Amino acid sequence: MDLALQLLFTGIGIGAVYALVALGFVLIFRATNVVNFAQGEFSMVAAYLMVVFAVDLGWPYWLSFLLALAGMALLGAIFNLGVYYPLRHRTFLPVIIATIGASILLANSVLAIYGPQPQVLEGWFDTPGIQLGPVYLDSQYLLIIAVTIVLVIFNYWFFEHTMLGKKLQATSQDKEMASLLGISVSTMIMITFIYSAVLGGLAGILVAPVLFVSIQMGSTIALKAFAATIIGGFGDVAGAIIGGLALGIIETFGAAYISVPYKDGFAFLVLVAFLIFRPQGIFGERVAEKA
Amino acid sequence: MSAPSDNMPIAVSAPRTRPLLLRHLPYFIGAAVLVALAATMQFDGYILNILMEATTFAIAVFGLSVVLGLCGQINLAQAAFFGLGAYAVGIGTSDYHLSYWFCIAGGCILALLAGALLGMSTLRLGGHYLAMVTISFQQIVTLVMINTIWLTHGPDGVSNIGRPDLFTSAQSYLAFCVAMLALVGYAVWHLSDTRLGRAMRAVRDNELAAGVVGIDVFRTKVSAFALSAVLGGLAGGLFAGGFAYVSPDQFSFAESVVFLTMSLLGGVASPIGSAIGTGLLILIPEWLRFLKSVPGLYLAIYGLSVILIIRYMPDGIWGFVNLATARWRAKARVHAAGLALLLKPATIGGNIVLEVKGLAKYFGGLKAVDDVDIEVRRGGVHALIGPNGSGKTTTLNVLSGLYKATAGRVILDGTDVTDMPPHQRAAAGLGRTFQNIRLFRSMTALENVVIGAERPGNTLLGNGGDALTERAMSALTFVGLGVRANELISSFSYGHQRLIEIARALAANPTLLLLDEPAAGLNSSEKMELHELLKRIAAQGLTILIIDHDMTLVSEAAQHITVLNFGRRIADGESMAVLRHPDVVSAYLGTD
Repeated sequence: MDLALQLLFTGIGIGAVYALVALGFVLIFRATNVVNFAQGEFSMVAAYLMVVFAVDLGWPYWLSFLLALAGMALLGAIFNLGVYYPLRHRTFLPVIIATIGASILLANSVLAIYGPQPQVLEGWFDTPGIQLGPVYLDSQYLLIIAVTIVLVIFNYWFFEHTMLGKKLQATSQDKEMASLLGISVSTMIMITFIYSAVLGGLAGILVAPVLFVSIQMGSTIALKAFAATIIGGFGDVAGAIIGGLALGIIETFGAAYISVPYKDGFAFLVLVAFLIFRPQGIFGERVAEKA
Repeated sequence: MSAPSDNMPIAVSAPRTRPLLLRHLPYFIGAAVLVALAATMQFDGYILNILMEATTFAIAVFGLSVVLGLCGQINLAQAAFFGLGAYAVGIGTSDYHLSYWFCIAGGCILALLAGALLGMSTLRLGGHYLAMVTISFQQIVTLVMINTIWLTHGPDGVSNIGRPDLFTSAQSYLAFCVAMLALVGYAVWHLSDTRLGRAMRAVRDNELAAGVVGIDVFRTKVSAFALSAVLGGLAGGLFAGGFAYVSPDQFSFAESVVFLTMSLLGGVASPIGSAIGTGLLILIPEWLRFLKSVPGLYLAIYGLSVILIIRYMPDGIWGFVNLATARWRAKARVHAAGLALLLKPATIGGNIVLEVKGLAKYFGGLKAVDDVDIEVRRGGVHALIGPNGSGKTTTLNVLSGLYKATAGRVILDGTDVTDMPPHQRAAAGLGRTFQNIRLFRSMTALENVVIGAERPGNTLLGNGGDALTERAMSALTFVGLGVRANELISSFSYGHQRLIEIARALAANPTLLLLDEPAAGLNSSEKMELHELLKRIAAQGLTILIIDHDMTLVSEAAQHITVLNFGRRIADGESMAVLRHPDVVSAYLGTD
């Protein structure tokens, strides 16, 4: 029972990371109708930026953090201009392939610069964690969960209660109508990419002290986050968060009770099970093409 | 999956086989010369390895040209299928001393099953699902190769892999691989002109229209995906025999990316492009060996190349060459104008061709169509009219199976089609056109109409591929576009594209033709032509159900009119009487 509680805590912590990346997926999907396959690489690049600033250069953690996020905003903008924007009038297949190309480019550029050796990033806090009854609460996991909760609330407030948020929503629902109402669609898409890159980067920085900082962390996180969006219901914000948490918990329990080497395989099994039995996910995807 | 398609004459292209082979004799002579060269020329070991790699990789990339090029579905796990074939041959011949032939067949079957299962679980959904699921599958296969040490020897890999007794020397084995490459290349090259290949291209160009003309979209996609997987497995089996050693890192996601880049660079739509791309991406890294000294650098360049190719050269090198040389190549000959189009609508049921009872379609709380009855009598033109938003197009979409009815029955010529998917309704005799034209845009007018003529259950097709082309030609001639049969869709005006869509539906010899606002966007002379065309169609006894706003057209062409308003039927009967009906007048003009 104690072990189960401990696993539940860890599962929620890691699930929160998937949820953050999944949120980035969903936001871009809703704005552009395209799945960004480089979303996971945003997390990886941000983690490496932290290593550069905080470890190699020895700058203060908070400053490195801010610089890394600023770097991610820049990367999101470049990504939009270089990968998505030139293809915006093409069908989804070329765009998907281009984002896959971008994901390969990002991962291997970092590999070429930094080499294959995984890097270590310290956590934000000096205290490793606190013992609460039978459960040991790791401070980094606590931070991840707290940040995720704050971000979810922020996300809700931003999209429902600010003008910019409403404009973004309008863009994602009907681009033509939005542009007729005087909303600059290309600006909205730019903001979406920047916001998603920062979200993905935040997830990467938060999870880096828990995992190693490695080239593979991007694709691993992206696969989990994508599975999370399908479990939750594609394109649904609440679904992405719940799917991410569920996946983190399933995976942690699977690794503890079934098999450690195949830990990364559980996400795939859950994904295929959902695709076969409930492809619309928990909350349901709105898919219908007009004839 | 679909029983009605079994009625189709199978050997469609049988009588053409001999002249086709004769015409392609140069290909086989060229292939034989290559095989002979591979078998006899003196290579050093380094060159031999490069040739072996190029040959086996090209077969795997052919697989991508089927699934991605022809069918428009993505496969990011080609290296995994390649690996399944390679490990089957590796483990089978080395650890269990099984026959090479048995192992390579086993590897192909393994890849086929994996591909079919993966496809069946995912291909009903959008393309992004397939991309992610194939990446996941790729990761799983790599995990299994590394971790099931008792079977795969883990990271150490499998060595001492055997070759068939016939080809034990590296040189003769290479010749064998080149021969396999030539055979597979021939098959892939001709796939696009077979029934299955046309179906794949139709699905790639327009899924909705493909279903409506009678193509089982899901089965076509699964076939393409499974075929691609088999080619991957075959290539992997050949590869394992060639190098006698395999290890998990040869079949990683990075390798899938390499395959994808090869395919995109050469030109994804054609096997020639695949071969060019494969050759280049094997040779270039050999010339630029220094790039490999920095891990990641050459893959980073591949990633960048993918982005640049997609943006600036979407059809690859071969597509670019094709375009550049198009004006020097002889224009394809125009087929002799077909015989006069014969329409012979099936008459199984009684006097009523289409019977709709209590039909309803709700979108959430919105009742788009509510409790509508329609009876379309055989051999006439029946119009379905109503103001904007009255539910006409929704009704048509429910009738053709694009939407599932919330309630009610649809009976077509005595067959209850309510629960059938679109392609089975087409097989049962339903043809339709779309308000926003849905043609297969990468194909010629003739190819579009040929796909229509191929409708399962089309009783007017004789045997053989020529009959198919003839039927399509006569349908095109019937709408007045016979002389432009070999032009691409994009070169036709809007009005002519509409006519091609009608020809596509007519070539199928349907029992009932649904026309969704055929006059929309046409100018007045085109409308006159359309009216004439409708008369000529009706004269052959084909029943038409037409939706349109053009009251002149409707009142002149239709004998019977059903009027919808707010999703409900408000009038039904003989044309003139219905148009004078007070409810109809007020629905259109409003009341005081």
